Amino acid sequence: MRVKLSIAMLLAVLGAALGTSAQADINVGVTLSATGPAASLGIPEKNTFALLPVTIAGQKVNYLVLDDASDTTTAVKNTRKLIAEHKVDLVIGSTTSPNSLAMIDVVAEAETPMIAMAASARIIEPMDAKRAWVFKTPQNDAQMATAIVQHMSNNNVKTVAYIGFADAYGEGWWNEFSKIAELRKIQVVANERFNRADTSVTGQVLKILAARPDAVLVGGAGTPAALPQKSLKEKGYKGLLYQTHGVANADFLRVCGKDCEGTYLPAGPVLVAAQLPESNPIKKAALEYVNKYEAVNGRSSVSTFGAHAWDASKLLASAAPEALKKAQPGTPEFRRALRDALEKTTNLTVAHGVFNMSPQDHLGFDQRARVMVKIEGGTWKLVQ
Amino acid sequence: MDLQIALLLGQDGVTNGAIYALLALALVLVFAVTRVIFIPQGEFVALGALSLASLQADRLPGTVWLLLAMGALIALIDGSTALRERRYRRLPLILLVNCGAPLLLAATLLAVSSAGLPLPVQVLLALMLVVPLGPMLYRLAYQPVAEASVLVLLIVSVAVHVTLIGLGLFFFGAEGSRTPAFTDVSFEVGDTTLQGQTVLVLVASVLLIVGLYFFFERTLYGKALRATAMNRTGARLMGISANLAGMLSFTLAAAIGAFSGILISPITTIYYDSGFLIGLKGFVGAIIGGLASYPVAAAGAVLVGLLESYSSFWASAFKEVIVFTLIIPVLLWRSLKTQHVEEG
Repeated sequence: MRVKLSIAMLLAVLGAALGTSAQADINVGVTLSATGPAASLGIPEKNTFALLPVTIAGQKVNYLVLDDASDTTTAVKNTRKLIAEHKVDLVIGSTTSPNSLAMIDVVAEAETPMIAMAASARIIEPMDAKRAWVFKTPQNDAQMATAIVQHMSNNNVKTVAYIGFADAYGEGWWNEFSKIAELRKIQVVANERFNRADTSVTGQVLKILAARPDAVLVGGAGTPAALPQKSLKEKGYKGLLYQTHGVANADFLRVCGKDCEGTYLPAGPVLVAAQLPESNPIKKAALEYVNKYEAVNGRSSVSTFGAHAWDASKLLASAAPEALKKAQPGTPEFRRALRDALEKTTNLTVAHGVFNMSPQDHLGFDQRARVMVKIEGGTWKLVQ
Repeated sequence: MDLQIALLLGQDGVTNGAIYALLALALVLVFAVTRVIFIPQGEFVALGALSLASLQADRLPGTVWLLLAMGALIALIDGSTALRERRYRRLPLILLVNCGAPLLLAATLLAVSSAGLPLPVQVLLALMLVVPLGPMLYRLAYQPVAEASVLVLLIVSVAVHVTLIGLGLFFFGAEGSRTPAFTDVSFEVGDTTLQGQTVLVLVASVLLIVGLYFFFERTLYGKALRATAMNRTGARLMGISANLAGMLSFTLAAAIGAFSGILISPITTIYYDSGFLIGLKGFVGAIIGGLASYPVAAAGAVLVGLLESYSSFWASAFKEVIVFTLIIPVLLWRSLKTQHVEEG
C-alpha cells in the first residue's frame, strides 16, 4: 500500500515536471525518409535538423525526428504519434510527395500546421479547408519544368524525348513537362520509363535514338538518373541533355562522371550559392546554410534537399515569435496562431528563394527560387 | 525495329541474362543442398560491387565490420560449445578461423592504401571481404534451424535479407556507385560497337559455369554436395557432414553473388538495395528450372534477360510486369507436368 502510494506520488511529481517543461518548449515533430528509396533525399534533411538553433525568440525548441522509411503508412503513423503522444506544435515532413499527401488529413484533423519538404504542387493545391494547415518549402515541379522548356525554346529545340522513373516522380514530371512543352510548341517524340534499380536502359535509349530528338529530358532523382544519360552517350547521342533538380547532389556527379558534361538542369539557387551575384539577397542566406552544413558534414557534401529542411526551420523561426505573443506552446490556440503567422510570411529570404505566402499560395516562391545550372568540369555552373 | 536494334537489344539481354543465370545457379545449388530459398542471394551482388567501389575510393568498406562481428559471434558460440564439451584442442582453430583471419584482413586494409592497388588485387580483396559472409551466415542463421521446414527457412531468409539491406544502407549510404571498366577495349561489329566489358561478363559467366560443372563432376567436395542434394540422410550415412555441405554451398553462392556484382558494376550503377531485384530475376530463372535443374535454370535466366531487354523497348513502363508475369505460365506448366510430392 505504502509502496503503491509512493509510486503514485512519484509519478505525479514526474508528470508535473514533464508537463511544465513541455509547456514551456516549442515541440516540432519531424518525419522524413532517412531509409528506403528516398534515403538520398532524407539523409541530408536529417543531417540538417542536427544543425538547427535550439531556441527561437528565447523559447527552447525540441525537434523530434522520426524515420518513415519512404513508406506512406509509416509516415501517417509517425504523424499520428507525434501529434497524439508528443503534442507537437508543428509537423515538418515528409520527404516524398505521396507521404506528404497522406499526412494532410491527419494534421488537418488535429489542427496542427505542417510544412512539407516534398515537391508536388498537389500538396498545397487546390487550396481547401484541410490544406489551409499545410505549407511547403520545395519549388513546384511546374516551376522547374517551365524553366527547362524556356531554356529549350531559347536553344531552338523543336523535338524532345522524355525518359523518367516509373513512379510518382517520373509521372509527375511527365504531366507537367508534356503540358508546358505543348504550350510552347515543342513536340514530344518519345515517352519512356525506367526503374530506379534497373541495370540496363538499352531498350528505352534505342527507342529514343530512333526518334531523333533535339533534346532529351531525364526525369529521375539521385544517382539512378545517371543511367539513361550514360547509355545515351555510349550509344552516340549528340543532342542536348536535361536533368531535373532531383539529381542536384555530389553523388550524381561522382557516378555520372564525364558523361554528364554539358547537361542542363533547373535547381534551387542554393546549389550554386557561391556563384550568385552579390546583389542577389538569396546568396547570403544560401551561403549561411552551405557553410553550416559543410562545417559538420565535410566539403561539398551539401545538397539542395537538406536546404528544404533548413527553409522549413526558417519559416518556423519567423512565424513563432508572432504566435508566442498570442498563446503558450502546446495549446490549440498556439497552433492556430502559428498557422496564421506562417500564412502571413512576407519577404523572408531563405536558401532556396524568397517566401511571400498568402491564403491562396502556401509556397510563396517566385522566379528567384530557381536558376538554370550546367554541369561543367565535374561541377555545377550557374547559367547566366 | 530494324535488325541493328534487335541485335543491340539481344546483346544487352544476353549480358544481363548471363548474370541472372549465375544467380539462378547459385539459388538452385543452395536450395538443392540445404532446402533454403536464398532470398539474400542478391545482397551479395550489391555487397561485392559496393565493397569494391569503396576500396577504389580508398574508403574502408563497412563489410569489414560485419565480417569481424560475425566472426567474433561464431567464435563465441563455437568456443563456448567446445569449452562445455571439454574439447580444448579445438579452441585455437576456432579462434584462428573466425577471429584471426578477419582481423588480419582488416589490419591489411587499414595498413595499405587500397586505391593504389592494381585492379585484380582490389577484386581479390573485395571477394575476401564478402565471400566469407556466406558460410558465416549459414553458421549463424541457418545451421541452428537446419532441420526445420522449408517455410521456416524461407522466413529466416526474409529476415536475413531485410537485415543485410539495412546494413548495406548503413555501410554504403543511399547513393549508388560504379566501378571503372576492367577493359576499355571495344569491337566494331558491323555498324555497332561491342563494349569489351559486356564480352567480359559473358566470357566470365560461361567460364564460371564450366568451372562449376567440373567442380560437381570431378571433385570430392562437389560430389559430396551432389550426394547431399539427392539424399540428405543417405549422404549423412556415407559420412558427409550436412553442416559442411551447407557451409560449402553458401560459400559458393556468396562467391557467385559477389563476383556477379563485381562483373556488372562497371556497366550499371549499383545501390545498397539493387541486389534484391537482380536476385529476384535470377530466382524467376531458377523457378523455370523447378529449383532443381541447373541447365534449365540457366536457360530460363537468359530468357528473362532477353524478355526484359525487348520489353524495355516495346513497353518500358510495363517491363517488370512482363518479366515477373512470366512466372505464372511457367508455374502452371510445371504443376500440370510434374506430379506433386508432399514433403515428408
